[in-house]
Amino acid sequence: MVTFWFIVIAFLWTGYFVLEGFDFGVGALLPVLTRADAERRQLLGTIGPVWDGNEVWLITAVGAMFAAFPAWYSGLLSGYYLPFFLVVAGLITRGVGLEWRGKVASRREVALCDAGIVTGSVLPAFLWGAIFGHLVRGTAAATVIGGALSLSVAVLHGAVFLSLKTAGPVRARARRSALLASAGAIPLAVLALPGIADAAPSTWLWGVALAATAALAVGVALIARRREGAAFTATTAFIMLSTATLFSALWRAPLPGLTVAEAASAPYTLTVLTWIGLLALPGVLTYQAWTYWVFRRRLTV
Amino acid sequence: MDALDLARWQFGVTTVYHFLFVPLTIGLGVFVATMQTAWHRTGKDRYLTLTRFFGKLFLINFAMGVVTGLVQEFQFGMNWSEYSTFVGDVFGAPLAMEALLAFFLESTFLGLWIFGWDRLPKRVHLACLWAAVIGSNLSAYFILAANAWMKHPVGYEVVDGRARMTDLWAVLTNSTALAQVPHVVGAAFVVAGGFVLAVSGYRLLRERGSGERPHMWRAALRTALVMTAIAGVVVAASGDLSGRLLHEQQPMKLAAAEGLRHDTAGASFSVVPGVEVPGMLSLLAAHDPAAVVQGVDDVQGRYEQEFGPADYMPNLPVIYWSFRVMIGFGMATVGLSALGLWLTRRRRGHGHGRGRRRTAHAVPDWFARACVLALPLPTLAVIAGWLLSEIGRQPWTVQGELMTAASVSPGVSLTEVAISLAVFTVLYGVLAVAEGALLMRHIKAGPEDRPGDRPERPVPAPAETEPGKARLTPTLMY
Repeated sequence: MVTFWFIVIAFLWTGYFVLEGFDFGVGALLPVLTRADAERRQLLGTIGPVWDGNEVWLITAVGAMFAAFPAWYSGLLSGYYLPFFLVVAGLITRGVGLEWRGKVASRREVALCDAGIVTGSVLPAFLWGAIFGHLVRGTAAATVIGGALSLSVAVLHGAVFLSLKTAGPVRARARRSALLASAGAIPLAVLALPGIADAAPSTWLWGVALAATAALAVGVALIARRREGAAFTATTAFIMLSTATLFSALWRAPLPGLTVAEAASAPYTLTVLTWIGLLALPGVLTYQAWTYWVFRRRLTV
Repeated sequence: MDALDLARWQFGVTTVYHFLFVPLTIGLGVFVATMQTAWHRTGKDRYLTLTRFFGKLFLINFAMGVVTGLVQEFQFGMNWSEYSTFVGDVFGAPLAMEALLAFFLESTFLGLWIFGWDRLPKRVHLACLWAAVIGSNLSAYFILAANAWMKHPVGYEVVDGRARMTDLWAVLTNSTALAQVPHVVGAAFVVAGGFVLAVSGYRLLRERGSGERPHMWRAALRTALVMTAIAGVVVAASGDLSGRLLHEQQPMKLAAAEGLRHDTAGASFSVVPGVEVPGMLSLLAAHDPAAVVQGVDDVQGRYEQEFGPADYMPNLPVIYWSFRVMIGFGMATVGLSALGLWLTRRRRGHGHGRGRRRTAHAVPDWFARACVLALPLPTLAVIAGWLLSEIGRQPWTVQGELMTAASVSPGVSLTEVAISLAVFTVLYGVLAVAEGALLMRHIKAGPEDRPGDRPERPVPAPAETEPGKARLTPTLMY
């Protein structure tokens, strides 16, 4: 049951990184890919209906950690106090910027909202990698590499998402940005993934890390060939596989000096949580998927 | 001053701030959904206009509720790691359920509603809003169940220094939660009702004699009056129940709310210091004017015997006054709505038989002005209620099990908390001003669109080269 819940937590974080990954990338690319306000609205319109629902994956992941692994939750959040504080501060400015952008009046206020969106996308996108990089390896280098990797992958993932969801000049620029971002993401992934896999050496973990790197390379090749849908599947696969590598590496010690078994709640709690999850998650997945179906059309200026 | 003090301040500031926005989300969402339902059923344009106008105000406010709520979930682990480790097994479950069963529903369907005006069939679009609103209200239930457990822990046992859940059903049907949910949710509807009253009153005053518009605002105002009055009854009834539960479960808080020093039979309630209603506190506590109500000094003595020497008293003046602000301002708002219902009661029109029409009395200007002036009252009442509830719980985080001083994160330094507290205070201050200005501006501007307009149709933005203060038409993000 403890193992199962560890996998559930990993699954929730994976969902979060995949979904918010492109939200962050879109936010970070806002000033890069657009020339006029109409384009900015086009770009933000791709995540407008979904970003808030995507953020709930984080709330659920953290809430589930609290319920299933209280000592992990409290140790992680208090141990990385300032990084988590900055993540939250970033998510605040991003959320307010996204929601208020269409309701403010002057150009200056719109610019302020944009600044909030960009800051609140770049900062958490970097910090998630930095936090987990440090958690796995415990060194400054791992922190920086992890942060740079998660930021560049978010930008890549977001650029591919935009090329899939927009038409016109933004689509072409997004494709070029994806190629540029891959110049950072690929070397960083090659640098970081062995480091993660090495933290808990096992043959199959190396296999997963290798598959992740391959997915990334394939994704970049596909976007270069303008196969946007397939490329998005590949960057999604990369995020899933690298998050799987990460959580496998954390399996023995989710925090230094703490085992998963020590961190876990009692069997009763895990059992009732399982039933609730089994009842609720299929519904959540269905209606979130439906949202993407409703808003499947490419956006134009 | 140490990290504990700052962590408490941070929790107080961020939580009270969060709750400035939550009641509006809960209550106003239902109001907007009601308006859209009315539009759906009657086809009258004025309900569409009201849906879109209040919908916009709702969304401005919703954003703040969401982002400040994020802080709460992280804060337990960041600042209160000992607490989180101790309670996670029990307290975490309703939190996880809130995310899984309520937040996903709320956020996903609200996104569909905002952007779905011309993508979804009308009926489905309306259902999306109701789904989101149900999510908001469900989340209130789960978080209040978690909160109630802190004051009246049930369905658990302590094993190896950690609380272990033994009965989820007991946690979810905790008597304290069942009294608290209608009290807090009802209060949220009073806050939202008061907000709609103020906005409609203001628009009525501005649009006197301008065609059909006053008719529309009267409809909004009357709906809000009904909502506030009904919610007021729920709040009062559940408040009465809460009072009796305090008497049984948290005698220190009840004693502090009156400043009662010693166990007293037939305890009186002071409206303000010096103005006493004999037997009233006993009546509130036990539905018996002669009942014995415990006093702070005596409870202190009993707690010392049970838990060892410590100071078990909360901040008495704060508790005393928040109790009175809560009751006074809350009742004033509900009284206002009852008065409004009387003033605008329907009268029989002229004519006989089937031709007879029943119309509502016009809203007097002075009453519209009173509605505007009353805007802060319900919010102040709600904040006072939370101060009473949570400061009154001190020095415990979990009544009888864990003290606040033992709950704080041992590894987090004073500097770290000082940084986060300072940044949150500045950021929250700026955002509060921005939100206030934004709401005010949209209320002053009134509904901008003619009936039949589609609110989400992108309007071409002015050319980029236009200088300075060119106005951008709110469009895509409605």
